[in-house]
Amino acid sequence: MERNLTHIALFAALIAVLGLVPKIDLISGVPITAQSLGIMLCGTVLGARRGALAVLLFLGLVAIGLPLLAGGRGGLGVFVSPTAGYLVGFPLAALVAGLVVEKWRVDVGVASFAGALLGGLGVMHLCGIIGMATVLGKTLPEAALLALPFLAGDLLKAGIAAGITRGLARVRPASVLSRA
Amino acid sequence: MLTLTSPIDTMAHRWPVAPKLVAVALGTALIFPVADLRIMAGALLALAGLHLVLGLRFARHAARRLWMLWPFLLVLVLWHLWTAEPARGALIAGRMVFAVALANLVTMTTRLDDMLAVVERGLAPLARLGVNPRAIALAMALVIRFTPVLLDKASLLMQAWRARSPKRAGVPVVLPLVLAALDDADHVAEALRARGGL
Repeated sequence: MERNLTHIALFAALIAVLGLVPKIDLISGVPITAQSLGIMLCGTVLGARRGALAVLLFLGLVAIGLPLLAGGRGGLGVFVSPTAGYLVGFPLAALVAGLVVEKWRVDVGVASFAGALLGGLGVMHLCGIIGMATVLGKTLPEAALLALPFLAGDLLKAGIAAGITRGLARVRPASVLSRA
Repeated sequence: MLTLTSPIDTMAHRWPVAPKLVAVALGTALIFPVADLRIMAGALLALAGLHLVLGLRFARHAARRLWMLWPFLLVLVLWHLWTAEPARGALIAGRMVFAVALANLVTMTTRLDDMLAVVERGLAPLARLGVNPRAIALAMALVIRFTPVLLDKASLLMQAWRARSPKRAGVPVVLPLVLAALDDADHVAEALRARGGL
């Protein structure tokens, strides 16, 4: 019980840190935020339930006014802004990524990549696009156009999340709770 | 840790939190179906006026917070000039600015302690569903405490990387950071159990 709680809390902090650390270069020379990497890791490392709860805890703290979103954003305003759909997609993305790793018993790297792709890329952008379409008064294909530039970065992050989860499984197998 | 509460004190800081939250929900729900540009302009002017009543410096601070919407405003302007529906574009832009500004106003005028108190009261009924509200409050406190701790660890890891490599720190730093988070989680769980648990 205590261990579940502290894992959820520390991974919520990890999502925040990955969004606030400015100079992690995912592709050399192009600093892009690693926040969605944190979301994917919540799912692939903690598993579906704990991962989604960690993301919900993170969002709760953002809502009460802590500047934990990438670029130091936060507060209630972000939940009605055009990017609000992505925030709805965050916990679902962790849930889906975790479910894939828990249920699909292949190599943990492969399952993590599939989970991060389905959750962090598929579900997250689906929610994000619906959100942008609603707030900006556009059709879904038009809103999808706005999300397009970010797909390449998130594809890369899914690969990185898989690599890190596999690395964790190798150096400390017990720490990958989604497979425990 | 810094919060998004405005350091510029206004009378709105002393208004009770729950009514402010209800006002945001109502305001957002009411602005969405507005289809008349005059009503939209009136709502925006009223909101701007409220900011000014709270103080000129505060209003400027709030305006800076709204600046993050500029990429979306740019998209809307270009789009609706292209489709030649400027009125519809103005309506959508006004709706977006109003909703975000209203929500920001509450965030900027509510202290974290007051907000946490409301959250705790709001969570109390969950106890009947088998959810422990104290556990949620503790988890929130842990995140607030450990975000700066992990941030420090991240910056140490990046410094160590830079001492050994001409390139900037990248992905290899994330794995040890995740390990640090997992270790901290285990240590805090032990410490909690040693003190009688949840």
